[in-house]
Amino acid sequence: MFDFSVVTTWIDELLRVTLGLNNFWTLFIEFILIGVVLLAVYAIIALILIYVERKICAFFQCRIGPNRVGKWGLIQPIADMIKILLKEIITLKNNDKFLFYLAPFFVIVGSILTFAALPFGLGLHAVDFNVGIVYILAVSSLGIIGILLAGWSSNNKYTLIGAMRSGSQLVSYELSAALSLMTIVVMAGSMQISTIVEEQSDMWFIFKGNIPAIVAFVIYMIAGHAETNRGPFDLPEAESELTAGYHTEYSGISFGLFYVAEYLNLFITSAIAATVFLGGWMPLHIPGLDGFNAVMDYIPSVIWFFGKAAFCVFLQMWVRWTFPRLRIDQLLKFEWKILMPIALVNLLVMAVCVVVF
Amino acid sequence: MEASQIIFFILSAIIVVGSIMSVVSRKLLHAATYLLFVLIATAGLYLLLNFHFLAAVQLSVYVGGILVLFVFAIFLTSQVGELMPQSTLSRRIMGSVIVLSGFAFSTYVLMTHKFKTIAQSEISELDMQDLGTALIGTDMYQYLLPFEAISVLLLACIIGGILIARKK
Repeated sequence: MFDFSVVTTWIDELLRVTLGLNNFWTLFIEFILIGVVLLAVYAIIALILIYVERKICAFFQCRIGPNRVGKWGLIQPIADMIKILLKEIITLKNNDKFLFYLAPFFVIVGSILTFAALPFGLGLHAVDFNVGIVYILAVSSLGIIGILLAGWSSNNKYTLIGAMRSGSQLVSYELSAALSLMTIVVMAGSMQISTIVEEQSDMWFIFKGNIPAIVAFVIYMIAGHAETNRGPFDLPEAESELTAGYHTEYSGISFGLFYVAEYLNLFITSAIAATVFLGGWMPLHIPGLDGFNAVMDYIPSVIWFFGKAAFCVFLQMWVRWTFPRLRIDQLLKFEWKILMPIALVNLLVMAVCVVVF
Repeated sequence: MEASQIIFFILSAIIVVGSIMSVVSRKLLHAATYLLFVLIATAGLYLLLNFHFLAAVQLSVYVGGILVLFVFAIFLTSQVGELMPQSTLSRRIMGSVIVLSGFAFSTYVLMTHKFKTIAQSEISELDMQDLGTALIGTDMYQYLLPFEAISVLLLACIIGGILIARKK
């Protein structure tokens, strides 16, 4: 399997030895390179997801979807991107300008910080702290503040209600998501993402962890889905009630930031699920079948990672375009009375399993 | 000047300016936003010290928890967007006297205290395993009793909150 750290060490050597830079400038250039690469990947994934979502949505509704721009409408998201970049940013009259323009950045920064902690492949891992899972949960909470400030500073009743709904939804579903991730942390014995991936080299956690791991996977997918404000949980931007929820008043690229962050949060949730439950970039290894394992190793790690993430993305889109929207009281009742107790019990069962077996 | 020093100065500039702005600002939500910058920059300081766990906890507790609560509470007040009234002259004088004496006191302590210097290279990332066993161990320098006492206190707070919020 190709180890991408060959490339990164080569760049490091090039800067340090060939160009003779000192520690400060080497790190400085490397940080900027990593930042640019991450932002580029972020934008490209957003374009792909927008196209995929429109196509899948169309197929679920027995339509064709975008099919005019390019073959099968493949250039459509690029055209949309150019359109949104050129659009005018409308300034409102009686709103809080400072918070209004600041709010989208909280949402996008929180999303990018989480994105940086994903293991894209063997040796392709930017942020790998000892406390990886806690880091992911911590930085993703930046988005809540952004949504609340956006909803209030637009000076509009729809946006305010949308923001309040979104805030309560995110705060409550964060608990279930965190608890189900902790279930796997108990099993792996580590919070570091690279260690969690390494631990799955003999089998992925969803197969190795018996029933608790499968329950945790389902809970994480539901809670993560709710955190992205999509599907049956899209109350914060319910069109028929709130026009567009907290980003009603945004236009041009400030709306674009919310839009891109929403799609990338979908990807990030799927990618975390893929990393923690389905082994990240780790190929499918079955203990005992050495020939099979060797064949699996020939598939590059990046393809494994993006394949698993794409599978989870498809699951989420399937749910989104299948179920009708919940009511806000049903939504909160579902989290506090059903999902979280199950997650708590599940955590206990997993702890017992780890101690006994 | 080293890189860590530059980062330190940037972070402390954000903290100083943010703290002053959050006190001086006359709009409640602006004050909360400046406080948010202060809290994030503090997390940055912990990262600079290689203390990743505390940085993550700082972010999730203060930014994800307390500040969201602040913003919700501010939403419930009646005049969120209005400028807050100017305070009276006597309160301003009292306030500045208290601030100046506090500033003088902390400057005096900072200047006279002998700080222990530790080289940057000696600070290594703390292992989560050590932290976890220290938190709920019963040996010397381990903190099971305070941990449990705080959890009982928190449980009491939660039950109290539910009792107050419950409909009769």
